[in-house]
Amino acid sequence: MSDTPEKIIEIKHLVKHFGKFKAVEDVNFDVFRGDIFGFLGPNGAGKSTTIRAMLSLIRPTSGELKLFGKDLLKNRSYILQRIGCIVEKPDFYKYLSAEKNIEIFARLSGVDVSKSKVHKIIEFVGLKGRERDKVNGFSHGMKQRLGIAQTLVHDPELIILDEPTTGLDPQGIIDIRNLILQLKNEHNKTVLLSSHILSEIELIATRLVIINKGKTIVQGSVSDLLNAQELVVSFTIDNIEKAKQIVQSSSLNITLESETSTNLLLHISQEKIPLLNKLFCDNGINVFSIEAKRKLEDYFLKLISA
Amino acid sequence: MMFWKSTYNEFIKIAAKPRSYIGIGVISVIVGIILYAMYKEGHGFIGAITWRMEQSLTLEGNILNGNLVAYIILQTLIIHVPLLIVLVTGDLVSGEGAMGTIRLLLTKPVSRTNILLSKYLAGCGYTFVMLVWLVFLSLVIGKLLFGTGDLIVLNDDVIVVLQQQELGWRFACAFSTAFLSLIMVATLSLTFSCFADNSIGPIVTTMAVIILFTILGALNVPALQKIQPYLFTNHMSAWRYFFEDPLPIGKIFNSIGILLIHIVGLLAIAVYKFKRKDILS
Repeated sequence: MSDTPEKIIEIKHLVKHFGKFKAVEDVNFDVFRGDIFGFLGPNGAGKSTTIRAMLSLIRPTSGELKLFGKDLLKNRSYILQRIGCIVEKPDFYKYLSAEKNIEIFARLSGVDVSKSKVHKIIEFVGLKGRERDKVNGFSHGMKQRLGIAQTLVHDPELIILDEPTTGLDPQGIIDIRNLILQLKNEHNKTVLLSSHILSEIELIATRLVIINKGKTIVQGSVSDLLNAQELVVSFTIDNIEKAKQIVQSSSLNITLESETSTNLLLHISQEKIPLLNKLFCDNGINVFSIEAKRKLEDYFLKLISA
Repeated sequence: MMFWKSTYNEFIKIAAKPRSYIGIGVISVIVGIILYAMYKEGHGFIGAITWRMEQSLTLEGNILNGNLVAYIILQTLIIHVPLLIVLVTGDLVSGEGAMGTIRLLLTKPVSRTNILLSKYLAGCGYTFVMLVWLVFLSLVIGKLLFGTGDLIVLNDDVIVVLQQQELGWRFACAFSTAFLSLIMVATLSLTFSCFADNSIGPIVTTMAVIILFTILGALNVPALQKIQPYLFTNHMSAWRYFFEDPLPIGKIFNSIGILLIHIVGLLAIAVYKFKRKDILS
Protein backbone atom coordinates (compact mmCIF):
# COMPACT_ATOMS: atom_id res chain seq x y z
CA MET A 1 0.00 0.00 0.00
CA SER A 2 1.28 3.43 -0.96
CA ASP A 3 1.17 6.23 1.60
CA THR A 4 0.61 8.82 -1.13
CA PRO A 5 -2.91 10.21 -0.73
CA GLU A 6 -5.37 9.60 -3.55
CA LYS A 7 -5.42 12.19 -6.30
CA ILE A 8 -8.91 13.66 -6.51
CA ILE A 9 -8.14 16.12 -9.31
CA GLU A 10 -5.42 15.77 -11.96
CA ILE A 11 -5.15 18.53 -14.53
CA LYS A 12 -2.47 18.26 -17.18
CA HIS A 13 -1.71 20.84 -19.87
CA LEU A 14 -5.22 22.27 -19.85
CA VAL A 15 -5.82 24.66 -22.76
CA LYS A 16 -8.95 26.63 -23.57
CA HIS A 17 -9.23 29.13 -26.41
CA PHE A 18 -12.29 31.24 -27.20
CA GLY A 19 -11.65 32.02 -30.84
CA LYS A 20 -8.33 33.83 -30.90
CA PHE A 21 -8.44 34.58 -27.17
CA LYS A 22 -6.33 32.20 -25.11
CA ALA A 23 -8.06 32.01 -21.72
CA VAL A 24 -6.02 29.05 -20.47
CA GLU A 25 -2.65 28.12 -21.97
CA ASP A 26 -1.11 25.41 -19.84
CA VAL A 27 -2.63 24.78 -16.43
CA ASN A 28 -1.39 21.82 -14.40
CA PHE A 29 -2.13 20.82 -10.82
CA ASP A 30 -3.10 17.94 -8.57
CA VAL A 31 -5.48 17.96 -5.62
CA PHE A 32 -5.22 15.15 -3.06
CA ARG A 33 -7.95 13.69 -0.87
CA GLY A 34 -8.35 15.74 2.31
CA ASP A 35 -6.74 18.89 0.90
CA ILE A 36 -8.07 22.36 1.34
CA PHE A 37 -6.60 23.46 -1.93
CA GLY A 38 -6.09 27.15 -2.68
CA PHE A 39 -6.51 28.15 -6.31
CA LEU A 40 -4.92 31.55 -6.82
CA GLY A 41 -4.32 33.95 -9.64
CA PRO A 42 -4.96 37.59 -10.56
CA ASN A 43 -8.11 38.62 -12.42
CA GLY A 44 -8.12 37.13 -15.90
CA ALA A 45 -5.55 34.47 -15.01
CA GLY A 46 -7.91 31.68 -16.07
CA LYS A 47 -9.18 30.45 -12.70
CA SER A 48 -12.87 30.54 -13.52
CA THR A 49 -12.28 29.04 -16.96
CA THR A 50 -10.34 26.18 -15.36
CA ILE A 51 -13.07 25.61 -12.76
CA ARG A 52 -15.74 25.67 -15.47
CA ALA A 53 -13.76 23.12 -17.46
CA MET A 54 -13.49 20.90 -14.36
CA LEU A 55 -17.28 21.00 -14.03
CA SER A 56 -17.92 20.39 -17.74
CA LEU A 57 -19.47 23.82 -18.18
CA ILE A 58 -17.02 24.47 -21.00
CA ARG A 59 -15.19 22.08 -23.31
CA PRO A 60 -11.40 22.30 -23.11
CA THR A 61 -9.53 22.92 -26.34
CA SER A 62 -6.98 20.32 -25.25
CA GLY A 63 -5.43 18.79 -22.15
CA GLU A 64 -6.25 16.11 -19.64
CA LEU A 65 -8.88 16.51 -16.93
CA LYS A 66 -9.18 13.62 -14.51
CA LEU A 67 -11.31 13.61 -11.39
CA PHE A 68 -11.46 10.66 -9.02
CA GLY A 69 -9.03 8.94 -11.40
CA LYS A 70 -11.41 9.08 -14.36
CA ASP A 71 -11.51 11.16 -17.52
CA LEU A 72 -14.13 13.91 -17.12
CA LEU A 73 -15.45 13.88 -20.65
CA LYS A 74 -16.02 10.10 -20.60
CA ASN A 75 -17.35 9.82 -17.04
CA ARG A 76 -19.22 13.09 -16.60
CA SER A 77 -22.16 11.77 -14.53
CA TYR A 78 -20.01 9.53 -12.30
CA ILE A 79 -17.73 12.47 -11.48
CA LEU A 80 -20.38 15.17 -11.05
CA GLN A 81 -22.28 12.98 -8.58
CA ARG A 82 -19.27 13.30 -6.29
CA ILE A 83 -18.87 17.06 -6.54
CA GLY A 84 -20.66 19.97 -4.91
CA CYS A 85 -19.85 23.42 -6.22
CA ILE A 86 -20.45 27.13 -6.31
CA VAL A 87 -19.27 28.76 -9.53
CA GLU A 88 -18.64 32.50 -9.11
CA LYS A 89 -21.84 33.61 -7.37
CA PRO A 90 -24.55 31.37 -6.00
CA ASP A 91 -27.60 32.06 -8.13
CA PHE A 92 -30.93 30.45 -7.33
CA TYR A 93 -34.50 30.49 -8.59
CA LYS A 94 -35.60 33.73 -6.98
CA TYR A 95 -39.29 32.90 -7.22
CA LEU A 96 -38.81 29.70 -5.18
CA SER A 97 -38.20 29.26 -1.47
CA ALA A 98 -34.81 28.23 -0.05
CA GLU A 99 -36.01 24.68 0.64
CA LYS A 100 -37.57 24.29 -2.83
CA ASN A 101 -34.27 25.40 -4.39
CA ILE A 102 -32.34 22.86 -2.35
CA GLU A 103 -34.86 20.13 -3.23
CA ILE A 104 -34.57 20.91 -6.95
CA PHE A 105 -30.77 20.63 -6.96
CA ALA A 106 -30.81 17.58 -4.69
CA ARG A 107 -33.18 15.81 -7.08
CA LEU A 108 -30.78 16.53 -9.96
CA SER A 109 -27.89 15.20 -7.91
CA GLY A 110 -29.62 11.83 -7.82
CA VAL A 111 -30.59 11.81 -4.16
CA ASP A 112 -34.04 11.79 -2.62
CA VAL A 113 -33.77 14.03 0.39
CA SER A 114 -36.42 14.34 3.04
CA LYS A 115 -37.71 17.73 4.12
CA SER A 116 -36.04 17.19 7.52
CA LYS A 117 -32.62 16.66 5.87
CA VAL A 118 -33.11 19.79 3.77
CA HIS A 119 -33.98 21.73 6.93
CA LYS A 120 -30.96 20.26 8.73
CA ILE A 121 -28.58 21.39 5.99
CA ILE A 122 -30.15 24.84 5.88
CA GLU A 123 -29.70 25.02 9.65
CA PHE A 124 -26.07 23.86 9.31
CA VAL A 125 -25.27 26.91 7.15
CA GLY A 126 -27.00 29.25 9.59
CA LEU A 127 -30.26 29.92 7.76
CA LYS A 128 -32.63 28.31 10.25
CA GLY A 129 -36.05 29.89 10.11
CA ARG A 130 -35.66 31.09 6.50
CA GLU A 131 -36.42 27.74 4.83
CA ARG A 132 -39.76 28.83 3.40
CA ASP A 133 -38.72 32.36 2.45
CA LYS A 134 -38.30 33.14 -1.22
CA VAL A 135 -34.67 33.58 -2.27
CA ASN A 136 -35.67 36.90 -3.86
CA GLY A 137 -35.42 38.52 -0.44
CA PHE A 138 -32.07 37.00 0.51
CA SER A 139 -28.92 39.09 0.96
CA HIS A 140 -25.71 38.14 -0.85
CA GLY A 141 -24.35 36.55 2.32
CA MET A 142 -27.48 34.46 2.76
CA LYS A 143 -27.26 33.29 -0.85
CA GLN A 144 -23.62 32.30 -0.25
CA ARG A 145 -24.73 30.21 2.72
CA LEU A 146 -27.55 28.68 0.71
CA GLY A 147 -24.98 27.99 -2.01
CA ILE A 148 -22.92 26.00 0.47
CA ALA A 149 -26.05 24.16 1.62
CA GLN A 150 -26.68 23.25 -2.00
CA THR A 151 -23.14 21.89 -2.36
CA LEU A 152 -23.62 19.62 0.67
CA VAL A 153 -27.07 18.24 0.08
CA HIS A 154 -25.91 15.12 -1.79
CA ASP A 155 -22.92 14.55 0.52
CA PRO A 156 -20.19 15.00 -2.13
CA GLU A 157 -16.54 14.02 -1.65
CA LEU A 158 -15.17 17.12 -3.37
CA ILE A 159 -16.41 20.67 -2.87
CA ILE A 160 -15.40 23.38 -5.34
CA LEU A 161 -15.93 26.93 -4.14
CA ASP A 162 -15.20 29.71 -6.60
CA GLU A 163 -14.76 33.00 -4.74
CA PRO A 164 -17.09 32.02 -1.87
CA THR A 165 -16.34 35.09 0.23
CA THR A 166 -16.75 37.75 -2.46
CA GLY A 167 -19.04 40.53 -1.27
CA LEU A 168 -19.31 39.25 2.28
CA ASP A 169 -18.82 41.38 5.40
CA PRO A 170 -16.00 40.43 7.82
CA GLN A 171 -18.30 38.29 9.98
CA GLY A 172 -19.59 36.54 6.86
CA ILE A 173 -16.02 35.81 5.75
CA ILE A 174 -15.19 34.31 9.15
CA ASP A 175 -18.38 32.22 9.10
CA ILE A 176 -17.62 30.82 5.65
CA ARG A 177 -14.01 30.12 6.68
CA ASN A 178 -15.21 28.22 9.74
CA LEU A 179 -17.70 26.31 7.62
CA ILE A 180 -14.94 25.24 5.22
CA LEU A 181 -12.73 24.11 8.09
CA GLN A 182 -15.66 22.23 9.57
CA LEU A 183 -16.25 20.48 6.23
CA LYS A 184 -12.67 19.28 6.14
CA ASN A 185 -12.18 18.45 9.78
CA GLU A 186 -15.57 17.03 10.74
CA HIS A 187 -16.92 15.77 7.42
CA ASN A 188 -13.63 14.77 5.77
CA LYS A 189 -14.31 16.67 2.55
CA THR A 190 -11.76 17.74 -0.01
CA VAL A 191 -12.18 21.43 -0.80
CA LEU A 192 -10.89 23.40 -3.78
CA LEU A 193 -11.11 27.06 -2.96
CA SER A 194 -10.57 29.90 -5.38
CA SER A 195 -10.28 33.28 -3.75
CA HIS A 196 -8.86 36.74 -4.18
CA ILE A 197 -8.45 37.09 -0.44
CA LEU A 198 -4.96 35.70 0.00
CA SER A 199 -5.02 35.89 3.78
CA GLU A 200 -8.03 33.56 3.71
CA ILE A 201 -6.17 30.99 1.64
CA GLU A 202 -3.13 31.35 3.85
CA LEU A 203 -5.23 30.70 6.94
CA ILE A 204 -6.99 27.57 5.81
CA ALA A 205 -5.34 26.03 2.72
CA THR A 206 -3.02 23.05 3.02
CA ARG A 207 -1.86 23.15 -0.60
CA LEU A 208 -2.15 25.71 -3.37
CA VAL A 209 -1.51 26.51 -7.00
CA ILE A 210 -0.88 29.95 -8.44
CA ILE A 211 -1.69 30.58 -12.09
CA ASN A 212 -1.07 33.65 -14.21
CA LYS A 213 -1.86 34.41 -17.83
CA GLY A 214 -3.39 30.96 -18.20
CA LYS A 215 -0.31 29.07 -16.98
CA THR A 216 0.61 27.37 -13.75
CA ILE A 217 3.42 29.24 -12.02
CA VAL A 218 3.84 27.21 -8.87
CA GLN A 219 2.05 24.54 -6.82
CA GLY A 220 2.82 22.78 -3.57
CA SER A 221 2.07 22.74 0.12
CA VAL A 222 1.46 26.18 1.61
CA SER A 223 4.03 25.72 4.38
CA ASP A 224 6.77 24.50 1.99
CA LEU A 225 6.22 27.35 -0.44
CA LEU A 226 6.06 30.08 2.15
CA ASN A 227 8.75 28.86 4.53
CA ALA A 228 11.29 28.89 1.73
CA GLN A 229 10.71 32.62 1.43
CA GLU A 230 12.19 35.49 3.42
CA LEU A 231 9.44 36.94 5.59
CA VAL A 232 8.55 40.46 6.57
CA VAL A 233 8.16 40.24 10.35
CA SER A 234 6.99 42.86 12.80
CA PHE A 235 8.62 42.81 16.29
CA THR A 236 6.80 44.82 18.96
CA ILE A 237 9.44 45.71 21.55
CA ASP A 238 10.25 48.31 24.20
CA ASN A 239 13.70 49.57 23.19
CA ILE A 240 13.87 50.37 19.49
CA GLU A 241 17.33 52.01 19.40
CA LYS A 242 19.04 49.16 21.23
CA ALA A 243 17.19 46.58 19.09
CA LYS A 244 18.35 48.34 15.89
CA GLN A 245 21.96 48.19 17.07
CA ILE A 246 21.61 44.45 17.79
CA VAL A 247 20.08 43.81 14.34
CA GLN A 248 22.84 45.77 12.57
CA SER A 249 25.72 44.27 14.54
CA SER A 250 24.52 40.68 14.48
CA SER A 251 25.76 38.17 11.94
CA LEU A 252 22.19 37.04 11.14
CA ASN A 253 22.03 39.06 7.88
CA ILE A 254 18.70 40.75 8.65
CA THR A 255 17.48 43.82 6.75
CA LEU A 256 15.51 46.60 8.38
CA GLU A 257 12.37 47.51 6.39
CA SER A 258 10.94 50.26 8.63
CA GLU A 259 10.45 51.30 12.22
CA THR A 260 7.97 53.03 14.54
CA SER A 261 8.33 53.92 18.22
CA THR A 262 7.30 50.40 19.26
CA ASN A 263 7.83 48.26 16.14
CA LEU A 264 10.63 47.03 13.91
CA LEU A 265 9.69 45.63 10.53
CA LEU A 266 12.43 43.22 9.38
CA HIS A 267 13.21 41.02 6.35
CA ILE A 268 14.16 37.76 7.96
CA SER A 269 14.02 34.04 7.11
CA GLN A 270 11.78 31.88 9.27
CA GLU A 271 14.56 29.90 11.01
CA LYS A 272 16.26 33.13 12.20
CA ILE A 273 13.18 34.45 14.05
CA PRO A 274 13.82 32.46 17.31
CA LEU A 275 17.56 33.38 17.18
CA LEU A 276 16.79 37.08 16.96
CA ASN A 277 14.13 36.77 19.65
CA LYS A 278 16.71 35.14 21.97
CA LEU A 279 19.22 37.85 21.15
CA PHE A 280 16.69 40.55 22.10
CA CYS A 281 15.81 38.78 25.35
CA ASP A 282 19.48 38.20 26.27
CA ASN A 283 20.06 41.95 25.86
CA GLY A 284 17.15 42.89 28.12
CA ILE A 285 14.72 43.93 25.41
CA ASN A 286 11.12 42.95 26.09
CA VAL A 287 9.43 41.33 23.08
CA PHE A 288 5.63 41.78 23.21
CA SER A 289 4.73 40.22 19.88
CA ILE A 290 6.22 38.73 16.71
CA GLU A 291 3.96 38.87 13.65
CA ALA A 292 4.62 37.81 10.08
CA LYS A 293 3.13 40.36 7.70
CA ARG A 294 1.10 39.17 4.67
CA LYS A 295 3.39 36.33 3.70
CA LEU A 296 1.27 34.89 0.94
CA GLU A 297 0.40 38.27 -0.48
CA ASP A 298 4.09 39.18 -0.85
CA TYR A 299 4.89 35.78 -2.29
CA PHE A 300 1.98 36.01 -4.71
CA LEU A 301 2.88 39.51 -5.89
CA LYS A 302 6.52 38.53 -6.32
CA LEU A 303 5.56 35.60 -8.54
CA ILE A 304 3.00 37.52 -10.56
CA SER A 305 5.30 40.48 -11.21
CA ALA A 306 8.07 38.11 -12.27
CA MET B 1 -35.06 8.10 -14.06
CA MET B 2 -33.02 11.30 -13.94
CA PHE B 3 -34.95 12.52 -16.98
CA TRP B 4 -38.25 12.31 -15.11
CA LYS B 5 -36.78 13.96 -12.01
CA SER B 6 -35.48 16.76 -14.19
CA THR B 7 -38.86 17.05 -15.97
CA TYR B 8 -40.63 17.23 -12.60
CA ASN B 9 -38.27 20.08 -11.63
CA GLU B 10 -39.10 21.93 -14.83
CA PHE B 11 -42.83 21.68 -14.16
CA ILE B 12 -42.29 23.06 -10.65
CA LYS B 13 -40.33 25.99 -12.07
CA ILE B 14 -42.97 26.79 -14.72
CA ALA B 15 -45.76 26.56 -12.15
CA ALA B 16 -43.92 28.93 -9.78
CA LYS B 17 -43.00 31.56 -12.39
CA PRO B 18 -45.36 34.54 -12.39
CA ARG B 19 -44.99 34.96 -16.17
CA SER B 20 -46.56 31.53 -16.73
CA TYR B 21 -49.90 33.01 -15.72
CA ILE B 22 -49.79 35.98 -18.09
CA GLY B 23 -50.93 33.87 -21.05
CA ILE B 24 -53.70 32.18 -19.10
CA GLY B 25 -54.85 35.56 -17.79
CA VAL B 26 -54.82 37.18 -21.22
CA ILE B 27 -56.76 34.29 -22.80
CA SER B 28 -59.30 34.41 -19.99
CA VAL B 29 -59.84 38.16 -20.43
CA ILE B 30 -60.12 38.05 -24.24
CA VAL B 31 -62.39 35.01 -24.34
CA GLY B 32 -64.45 36.50 -21.53
CA ILE B 33 -64.93 39.70 -23.55
CA ILE B 34 -65.84 37.75 -26.71
CA LEU B 35 -68.31 35.58 -24.80
CA TYR B 36 -69.89 38.64 -23.18
CA ALA B 37 -70.13 40.47 -26.52
CA MET B 38 -71.66 37.43 -28.20
CA TYR B 39 -74.11 37.02 -25.35
CA LYS B 40 -75.23 40.63 -25.56
CA GLU B 41 -74.95 41.36 -29.28
CA GLY B 42 -74.50 37.91 -30.86
CA HIS B 43 -77.95 37.57 -32.41
CA GLY B 44 -77.70 40.97 -34.09
CA PHE B 45 -74.19 40.13 -35.31
CA ILE B 46 -75.27 36.76 -36.74
CA GLY B 47 -78.38 38.32 -38.24
CA ALA B 48 -76.26 40.89 -40.08
CA ILE B 49 -74.09 38.14 -41.54
CA THR B 50 -76.91 35.76 -42.50
CA TRP B 51 -79.26 38.45 -43.84
CA ARG B 52 -77.98 38.00 -47.42
CA MET B 53 -78.16 34.21 -47.18
CA GLU B 54 -81.71 34.35 -45.98
CA GLN B 55 -82.70 35.91 -49.33
CA SER B 56 -82.16 32.50 -50.93
CA LEU B 57 -81.95 30.04 -47.99
CA THR B 58 -84.00 29.23 -44.96
CA LEU B 59 -81.86 28.93 -41.86
CA GLU B 60 -83.47 27.04 -39.00
CA GLY B 61 -82.40 26.16 -35.49
CA ASN B 62 -79.97 27.76 -33.06
CA ILE B 63 -77.31 29.27 -35.34
CA LEU B 64 -75.59 31.19 -32.53
CA ASN B 65 -74.57 28.17 -30.50
CA GLY B 66 -71.55 27.08 -28.47
CA ASN B 67 -69.93 25.41 -31.49
CA LEU B 68 -70.04 28.58 -33.56
CA VAL B 69 -68.75 30.64 -30.64
CA ALA B 70 -65.85 28.20 -30.13
CA TYR B 71 -65.05 28.36 -33.84
CA ILE B 72 -65.06 32.17 -33.81
CA ILE B 73 -62.83 32.24 -30.71
CA LEU B 74 -60.39 29.80 -32.30
CA GLN B 75 -60.26 31.94 -35.46
CA THR B 76 -59.60 35.05 -33.39
CA LEU B 77 -57.10 33.72 -30.89
CA ILE B 78 -55.06 31.01 -32.54
CA ILE B 79 -52.73 33.62 -34.08
CA HIS B 80 -52.12 35.24 -30.69
CA VAL B 81 -51.84 32.23 -28.40
CA PRO B 82 -48.38 31.31 -29.81
CA LEU B 83 -47.13 34.74 -28.79
CA LEU B 84 -48.28 34.07 -25.22
CA ILE B 85 -46.71 30.61 -25.15
CA VAL B 86 -43.38 32.01 -26.29
CA LEU B 87 -43.23 34.11 -23.10
CA VAL B 88 -42.59 30.86 -21.22
CA THR B 89 -40.95 28.54 -23.76
CA GLY B 90 -38.54 31.21 -25.05
CA ASP B 91 -37.29 31.68 -21.51
CA LEU B 92 -36.71 28.00 -20.66
CA VAL B 93 -32.97 27.92 -21.41
CA SER B 94 -31.98 31.58 -21.78
CA GLY B 95 -33.82 32.47 -18.56
CA GLU B 96 -31.53 30.10 -16.68
CA GLY B 97 -28.57 31.87 -18.30
CA ALA B 98 -29.90 35.29 -17.34
CA MET B 99 -30.54 34.19 -13.76
CA GLY B 100 -27.19 32.40 -13.51
CA THR B 101 -28.82 29.14 -12.42
CA ILE B 102 -27.62 27.41 -15.58
CA ARG B 103 -24.17 27.12 -13.97
CA LEU B 104 -25.57 25.03 -11.14
CA LEU B 105 -27.98 23.15 -13.34
CA LEU B 106 -25.29 21.91 -15.71
CA THR B 107 -22.91 20.84 -12.95
CA LYS B 108 -25.39 18.17 -11.89
CA PRO B 109 -25.01 14.56 -13.05
CA VAL B 110 -27.72 14.79 -15.69
CA SER B 111 -26.81 14.85 -19.38
CA ARG B 112 -27.39 18.10 -21.22
CA THR B 113 -29.66 16.32 -23.69
CA ASN B 114 -31.84 15.12 -20.82
CA ILE B 115 -31.98 18.59 -19.31
CA LEU B 116 -33.01 20.16 -22.62
CA LEU B 117 -35.59 17.47 -23.39
CA SER B 118 -37.00 17.85 -19.86
CA LYS B 119 -37.42 21.54 -20.49
CA TYR B 120 -39.00 20.81 -23.85
CA LEU B 121 -41.45 18.33 -22.37
CA ALA B 122 -42.40 20.80 -19.64
CA GLY B 123 -42.83 23.51 -22.31
CA CYS B 124 -45.11 21.16 -24.29
CA GLY B 125 -47.04 20.47 -21.08
CA TYR B 126 -47.52 24.18 -20.53
CA THR B 127 -48.67 24.60 -24.14
CA PHE B 128 -51.16 21.77 -23.61
CA VAL B 129 -52.52 23.42 -20.46
CA MET B 130 -52.98 26.71 -22.36
CA LEU B 131 -54.86 24.90 -25.12
CA VAL B 132 -57.03 22.97 -22.66
CA TRP B 133 -57.88 26.26 -20.98
CA LEU B 134 -58.81 27.73 -24.35
CA VAL B 135 -60.98 24.67 -25.12
CA PHE B 136 -62.65 24.92 -21.74
CA LEU B 137 -63.45 28.61 -22.11
CA SER B 138 -64.54 28.50 -25.72
CA LEU B 139 -66.26 25.14 -26.10
CA VAL B 140 -67.43 24.24 -22.61
CA ILE B 141 -68.42 27.70 -21.38
CA GLY B 142 -69.64 28.54 -24.91
CA LYS B 143 -72.01 25.57 -24.90
CA LEU B 144 -73.19 26.36 -21.38
CA LEU B 145 -74.05 29.92 -22.42
CA PHE B 146 -75.31 29.41 -25.96
CA GLY B 147 -76.39 25.77 -26.11
CA THR B 148 -75.43 23.46 -28.92
CA GLY B 149 -76.37 22.98 -32.56
CA ASP B 150 -75.09 22.59 -36.09
CA LEU B 151 -72.12 24.67 -37.14
CA ILE B 152 -72.36 26.93 -40.16
CA VAL B 153 -69.01 28.14 -41.49
CA LEU B 154 -68.02 30.09 -44.54
CA ASN B 155 -65.04 28.63 -46.38
CA ASP B 156 -63.90 30.56 -49.47
CA ASP B 157 -67.42 31.88 -50.14
CA VAL B 158 -68.88 28.39 -49.73
CA ILE B 159 -71.32 27.81 -46.91
CA VAL B 160 -70.62 24.56 -45.08
CA VAL B 161 -73.15 23.20 -42.65
CA LEU B 162 -71.68 20.62 -40.26
CA GLN B 163 -74.03 18.40 -38.32
CA GLN B 164 -73.87 18.59 -34.56
CA GLN B 165 -73.12 14.84 -34.28
CA GLU B 166 -69.87 15.10 -36.23
CA LEU B 167 -68.57 18.19 -34.49
CA GLY B 168 -67.01 16.28 -31.59
CA TRP B 169 -64.28 14.60 -33.62
CA ARG B 170 -63.85 17.63 -35.85
CA PHE B 171 -63.13 19.87 -32.85
CA ALA B 172 -60.85 17.19 -31.35
CA CYS B 173 -58.82 16.96 -34.58
CA ALA B 174 -58.81 20.75 -35.00
CA PHE B 175 -57.51 21.29 -31.47
CA SER B 176 -54.90 18.53 -31.93
CA THR B 177 -53.65 20.18 -35.12
CA ALA B 178 -53.66 23.56 -33.41
CA PHE B 179 -51.62 21.95 -30.62
CA LEU B 180 -49.07 20.81 -33.20
CA SER B 181 -48.83 24.39 -34.52
CA LEU B 182 -48.31 25.70 -31.01
CA ILE B 183 -45.64 23.06 -30.36
CA MET B 184 -43.92 24.22 -33.54
CA VAL B 185 -43.73 27.76 -32.15
CA ALA B 186 -42.62 26.46 -28.74
CA THR B 187 -39.82 24.47 -30.43
CA LEU B 188 -38.72 27.50 -32.42
CA SER B 189 -38.49 29.63 -29.29
CA LEU B 190 -36.66 26.90 -27.36
CA THR B 191 -34.12 26.67 -30.18
CA PHE B 192 -33.52 30.42 -30.11
CA SER B 193 -33.34 30.15 -26.33
CA CYS B 194 -30.32 27.82 -26.66
CA PHE B 195 -28.42 30.53 -28.53
CA ALA B 196 -29.03 33.32 -26.02
CA ASP B 197 -28.21 34.20 -22.43
CA ASN B 198 -30.98 36.71 -21.90
CA SER B 199 -34.72 36.24 -21.56
CA ILE B 200 -36.04 38.78 -24.00
CA GLY B 201 -33.93 37.93 -27.09
CA PRO B 202 -35.47 34.54 -27.97
CA ILE B 203 -39.00 35.81 -27.26
CA VAL B 204 -38.64 38.82 -29.55
CA THR B 205 -36.81 36.82 -32.24
CA THR B 206 -39.54 34.15 -32.31
CA MET B 207 -42.24 36.78 -32.61
CA ALA B 208 -40.23 38.52 -35.36
CA VAL B 209 -39.87 35.25 -37.30
CA ILE B 210 -43.61 34.52 -37.02
CA ILE B 211 -44.47 38.02 -38.26
CA LEU B 212 -41.87 37.87 -41.06
CA PHE B 213 -42.92 34.42 -42.27
CA THR B 214 -46.61 35.39 -42.11
CA ILE B 215 -45.90 38.40 -44.31
CA LEU B 216 -43.74 36.34 -46.71
CA GLY B 217 -46.47 33.70 -46.86
CA ALA B 218 -49.11 36.23 -47.75
CA LEU B 219 -47.17 38.27 -50.34
CA ASN B 220 -48.24 37.62 -53.92
CA VAL B 221 -44.71 37.76 -55.35
CA PRO B 222 -43.69 35.10 -57.92
CA ALA B 223 -40.18 34.79 -56.45
CA LEU B 224 -41.63 33.75 -53.08
CA GLN B 225 -44.10 31.21 -54.41
CA LYS B 226 -41.52 28.42 -54.35
CA ILE B 227 -40.85 28.80 -50.62
CA GLN B 228 -44.34 29.71 -49.45
CA PRO B 229 -45.63 26.10 -49.25
CA TYR B 230 -42.77 25.29 -46.84
CA LEU B 231 -43.19 28.24 -44.46
CA PHE B 232 -44.48 26.85 -41.18
CA THR B 233 -46.70 29.90 -40.67
CA ASN B 234 -48.72 28.86 -43.75
CA HIS B 235 -49.59 25.62 -41.96
CA MET B 236 -50.46 27.02 -38.57
CA SER B 237 -54.10 27.39 -39.53
CA ALA B 238 -54.33 23.80 -40.78
CA TRP B 239 -56.89 23.16 -38.03
CA ARG B 240 -59.44 24.92 -40.27
CA TYR B 241 -59.32 22.00 -42.74
CA PHE B 242 -61.32 19.98 -40.22
CA PHE B 243 -64.27 22.28 -40.77
CA GLU B 244 -64.37 21.64 -44.52
CA ASP B 245 -66.60 19.12 -46.22
CA PRO B 246 -65.27 16.92 -47.70
CA LEU B 247 -62.08 16.83 -45.65
CA PRO B 248 -58.99 17.87 -47.66
CA ILE B 249 -56.98 14.84 -46.48
CA GLY B 250 -53.98 15.62 -48.71
CA LYS B 251 -53.70 19.19 -47.39
CA ILE B 252 -54.07 17.99 -43.80
CA PHE B 253 -51.26 15.43 -44.08
CA ASN B 254 -49.09 17.91 -45.96
CA SER B 255 -49.44 20.52 -43.21
CA ILE B 256 -48.92 18.03 -40.40
CA GLY B 257 -45.85 16.64 -42.22
CA ILE B 258 -44.30 20.07 -42.73
CA LEU B 259 -44.94 21.05 -39.10
CA LEU B 260 -43.43 17.77 -37.84
CA ILE B 261 -40.34 18.15 -40.05
CA HIS B 262 -39.85 21.68 -38.68
CA ILE B 263 -40.29 20.46 -35.09
CA VAL B 264 -37.83 17.57 -35.43
CA GLY B 265 -35.29 19.71 -37.32
CA LEU B 266 -35.42 22.58 -34.84
CA LEU B 267 -35.22 20.24 -31.86
CA ALA B 268 -32.14 18.57 -33.36
CA ILE B 269 -30.50 22.01 -33.79
CA ALA B 270 -31.41 22.91 -30.19
CA VAL B 271 -29.91 19.69 -28.78
CA TYR B 272 -26.75 20.06 -30.91
CA LYS B 273 -26.24 23.66 -29.79
CA PHE B 274 -27.06 23.06 -26.12
CA LYS B 275 -24.68 20.09 -25.85
CA ARG B 276 -21.80 22.14 -27.19
CA LYS B 277 -22.60 25.40 -25.50
CA ASP B 278 -19.86 26.88 -23.33
CA ILE B 279 -21.47 28.27 -20.19
CA LEU B 280 -19.85 31.65 -19.69
CA SER B 281 -22.65 33.56 -17.95
